[in-house]
Amino acid sequence: MESRLHMPQERIDRARELASRIVAPVQEFIDAHTTVTVERATLRLAGADGADADGIPVPNLVIDQLSGRLDEGALKFWVNALVRTGEDVAGLNRKVAEGLRVDALPLADPAALEAKAAELVAACTRRVRGNRSLREERLARYAGKNHSPLLYVIVATGNIHEDVKQARAAAEQGADVVAVIRTTAQSLLDYVPYGATTEGFGGTYATQENFRIMRAALDEVVEREGRYVYLTNYASGLCMPEIAAMGALERLDMMLNDSMYGILFRDINMYRTFVDQKFSRMINAWAGVIINTGEDNYLTTSDAVEKAYTVLASQFLNERFAFAAGLEPWQMGLGHAFEMDPTIRNGFLMELSQALMAREIFPEAPLKYMPPTKFMTGDIFRGVVQNSLFNFVSQMTGQGIHLLGMLTEAIHTPFMQDRFLALENAKYVMNNMADLGAEVEFRMDGTIVKRAHAVLEETVAFLERIETTGLMDAIAEGLFADIRRPRDLGKGLDGLRKKSDGYWNPFEEHLHRELGL
Amino acid sequence: MTTIVRPYGDTLDDGAVQLSFTLPVPFGPRGREAARLFVEKLGFRHAEVVHAAPLSGDFSFYVAYGRTEVAVDVDTIHVEEATGEKLYSMNEACAAIREKLGRKVVVVGACTGFDAHTVGIDAIMNMKGYNHHYGLERYSEVEAFNLGAQVPNEKLIDYAVKVNADAILVSQIVTQKDVHIRNLTELIELLEARGLRERFVVCAGGTRISNKLAVELGYDGGFGQGTYAEHVATFLIDRLVDKVAPGGA
Repeated sequence: MESRLHMPQERIDRARELASRIVAPVQEFIDAHTTVTVERATLRLAGADGADADGIPVPNLVIDQLSGRLDEGALKFWVNALVRTGEDVAGLNRKVAEGLRVDALPLADPAALEAKAAELVAACTRRVRGNRSLREERLARYAGKNHSPLLYVIVATGNIHEDVKQARAAAEQGADVVAVIRTTAQSLLDYVPYGATTEGFGGTYATQENFRIMRAALDEVVEREGRYVYLTNYASGLCMPEIAAMGALERLDMMLNDSMYGILFRDINMYRTFVDQKFSRMINAWAGVIINTGEDNYLTTSDAVEKAYTVLASQFLNERFAFAAGLEPWQMGLGHAFEMDPTIRNGFLMELSQALMAREIFPEAPLKYMPPTKFMTGDIFRGVVQNSLFNFVSQMTGQGIHLLGMLTEAIHTPFMQDRFLALENAKYVMNNMADLGAEVEFRMDGTIVKRAHAVLEETVAFLERIETTGLMDAIAEGLFADIRRPRDLGKGLDGLRKKSDGYWNPFEEHLHRELGL
Repeated sequence: MTTIVRPYGDTLDDGAVQLSFTLPVPFGPRGREAARLFVEKLGFRHAEVVHAAPLSGDFSFYVAYGRTEVAVDVDTIHVEEATGEKLYSMNEACAAIREKLGRKVVVVGACTGFDAHTVGIDAIMNMKGYNHHYGLERYSEVEAFNLGAQVPNEKLIDYAVKVNADAILVSQIVTQKDVHIRNLTELIELLEARGLRERFVVCAGGTRISNKLAVELGYDGGFGQGTYAEHVATFLIDRLVDKVAPGGA
C-alpha cells in the first residue's frame, strides 16, 4: 500500500531503532530471571492441573513447596516426581492435590529426567500443533467468510453458561471475535482458579475449563454458520504466562497481552511484568495466537489529542517486545482507540489521521481498534452516532480487529440487543462505504497529513527521552500516562527469582528452538 | 398547586413513549404479538410494535410505541440532590475556601475494592477534569490526592488520616450483583469502628449512585451521572463551613 499520508520513512526507521535500543537492556534482565507464574505456566504445559480440597491449584501447590529452590526451575521436581512415583500426569496431579511433596523425593539420574521431559514436551507440542492446524484448516475452509475488520464483541455475565448463550447469539449475528471479559480483580490473583465458574463481577473467571466450554460452544456455531469465530481472553495481570499456556492448550485465538499495561494500570511490579510478558508471548507466538495490546488505556487516562504520541510510542515498544518473543507481525494486534472529545472541531479528522498513521506504520499488523468509552454518556442516541463515526474510520483506514462500541457503554454491561445493534451498525457502515478509502487522497498541506507527521515527530522525541532515561527509570519517573511506578514497588515482586546456573526448563528451550530465538 | 404532566410526543398529553427490549422467544408472528401484549400490559394504549428482528434462534428484539394515561404531579416532587441550584465555579470555590475557611481543603479520592474503573474519580479529581470542567487538582485551594483504582477501604482511610484530609471521595462504577453497595457499606463501617466517621466529609460517586442511595448508606452525599468537580467542590465547601460554624452561612 502506498502511503496516503506521505509518512517520512526515515523518521519511522528512527523510531524503530530507538525502540530496539530501549528494549535491549530490559531483555537482558528478563533472560536472567524467572517468576512463580513462569514456573507454573511451565508446569501447566507439562500437564500439571487440578486443585486440592481448598481449591488451591496444583501448579501453586508445587511452587509453594519449592519456594527456596525455584531458581533451579520447578519442572525438575515435577518430572522427578513422575519418574520416582511411576505415576502418569493425571495420577501425579491427584497425589499432589492429596498432599504429596515433590521436593521430598531424591533426585533421579539427569538422563532419566531429560528423557521424561522430552516426552512431556512432545505431548504438549502435539496438542498445540494440533490446535494450530485445526484453526488454520478452518480458516482456510471458511476463507472470505469473516468480516474485515474482524468484528469483536465482549461477553461479561460472570457465569460461563450464561456467557455461552450470549456468545452464541453474537456469533450467529455475525461477530467474528468473542472475548470473555474477566471478573474484576482476577488480574491481581497470583493463581488461576480451577474448574467451571458461575460467579463473577463484571466478567467471568478465566479458567481452563471455562476456556474449554466456550471453545466447544463456539465451534458448534463455526460449523453451523460456516465462519470461523475467534475466542479471546486476557493473558494479562499476575498470571500472564499461565493464561497463555491454558489458551494454547484449549485453542484460544487471541489474547489481550501488553508489555507494560500491568505495570502502569494495575500496579504490578515492573520486573515481574517484563519477565512474565516475555514467556507469555513466546507461548502465544508458538500457539499461533494474535495478541491485542492495550494502548487504548493511555487515552482513557490521558487526553487523546495531547497524548496521541504515547500511543504510537507504546506501539513501537510493544512491537519490539513482541519481536523479541518470537511473534510474527500478523500476530501483533497493536492497540489504539477512538477516544477524542466529540465536541472538538475537526476531531474526526484527527481520529482518521491517527488510525491511518498506525495502519501505514504497521502495515502487516492486524491493528486492534477500540471504540469510544470515555465520552460515552447516558445519551444512547448520541452513542450510536459516535459508534458510527468510529466504524467509518475503522473501515476507511483498514483496521484489523474492530471492538464494537456499545450504545449503552456508560450504563451497564451489554444487553443482548446492544450487541445486535452494534453489529448491525458496523455491518451497515462498513458495507455501505467498503471501498471509500481507496478513492480518497489527502492534501499534503491538509490537517490529516500534518497531524500524522506531528504525532510521529512527538513520538520520536518521546522515545529519545526514554532512551536517554532508560525504560525502567522512565516508568519510575512517570513518563508514561503520568503514572509513577518505582522499580521495587508494585504487586508480585516477591514472585521474582534470579535463575541459578543450574536452571532447567526444557519447555523454554523448546520454545526458543521453535521460535528461532 | 398541582401541575400534572405526561410524556409529550407531538401533542400535549398524548402520553407517547418509545420502548425497546428483547424477549426470550423466537422471531415470528407469535413473538411480535407477545411484544405488543407486553406493552399493553404495561398500561399503554395504542401499543404498536414498529420493528422486530431475530437475535438468535431463541431471542428476538422489538421497538415499540405506546400511549399512556399515567401522569405525575411535578409540584409534589421533592428532589434530593447533594447540591442545590447554586454552584460555585472553580474560581468562586477557591475564593469561598479562602474567605470562609482560610486554609486549603484536603481531599482524598479513590476507586475502592476491586473496581478498576478510574474514569469517574479521574473526571472529578484529575487536573484535566472532564468535558471542559477542570478537576479538583486544578483548584489552587484544594490539595487533592487521587489514589487510583482497586484501593482497599482500609488503605484509603489510613491515607486520609495520614494527610489529615477534610473529605474522602469514593468512586464505584462496577455495580454487578450490587458489589458497590457492600463495598460502600464496608467503608462506613470501618470508619465508625475506628471512631473516624465524623472526622471526614465522605462522598460516594458513580454512574449508578444517587444522593439518596449514598445518604441511606451513611454517606454525607452522593453524586451520579452528569457530576463535575464543581458539584463536589460546592458540596464540600458548604459542609465544611457548616462544620466550623453549624447552622451559619
